[in-house]
Amino acid sequence: MIPVTHYIFLSLALVTIGVIGVLTRRNVIVILMSIELILNAVNINLVAFSRMFGTVHGQVFAIFIITDAAAEAAVGLGIIIALFRNRETVLADEMDILKW
Amino acid sequence: MATPMALQIGFFYFFAGLAIVCAIMMVVARSVVHSAIYLIGALLATAGIYLQLRAEFLFIVQVILYVGGIMVLFVFVIMLVNLDVAARQRQFSKQLWLALLLAVVLGGQLLLMAHIDAPIFNSTGVPQSLPPNTAEVATSLFQTYMLPFEIASIMLLVAMVGAVLMAKRRDA
Repeated sequence: MIPVTHYIFLSLALVTIGVIGVLTRRNVIVILMSIELILNAVNINLVAFSRMFGTVHGQVFAIFIITDAAAEAAVGLGIIIALFRNRETVLADEMDILKW
Repeated sequence: MATPMALQIGFFYFFAGLAIVCAIMMVVARSVVHSAIYLIGALLATAGIYLQLRAEFLFIVQVILYVGGIMVLFVFVIMLVNLDVAARQRQFSKQLWLALLLAVVLGGQLLLMAHIDAPIFNSTGVPQSLPPNTAEVATSLFQTYMLPFEIASIMLLVAMVGAVLMAKRRDA
């Protein structure tokens, strides 16, 4: 059996890569995809702990997080389409209409 | 029948390496379509890790809902939005090095925390026979977590209405 620590380190690496993607990329679609990656990394932790304790609660919470990710992707992509229609751009630093 | 030890360890490291490589390629890829494909790779590798952890139901949910649902949504939007102009421009923001520094500091903090707490999590879990995973998840979902389940369904409905409203043309 693989110790739970290894799953935690894998999840940690994926979260860090996702944060790098959110902070450095300009394209809004890639930023949303990085957020999906972060949510996915959290799920690995939950399932690993669920295995560690021998119960199924962690997996149920992972299902809720997947539901949340689906809702977030739908609304986020709707916002991106509306923004592209109004501003003709998908770059995050050109969406500065609120900046004075 | 329990799978041999070496096979399990090989499975885990193969899928973990695949997930990390795909995630890095997703962040650095120039084209958004390539990013989406690498993200699909990372999600499938995660699904493999769920299978290795004996979470069969979550494995199927991951493949059908994430790879089959959410990623198709992403690819649709990539096709809807004209990205030819954006692909020729600078891909990383102006504060690249500051952002990288902050992300590395965050990663270091998490690493330190995980390292300090490692002895607590060092157990390999309870040895158990393979349970009927889907039945257990369903029982838990419809008994213990009934109210959160209903709230999640309402949230999905609201998100659906919101997405339609956002993407709708105003003048139509």
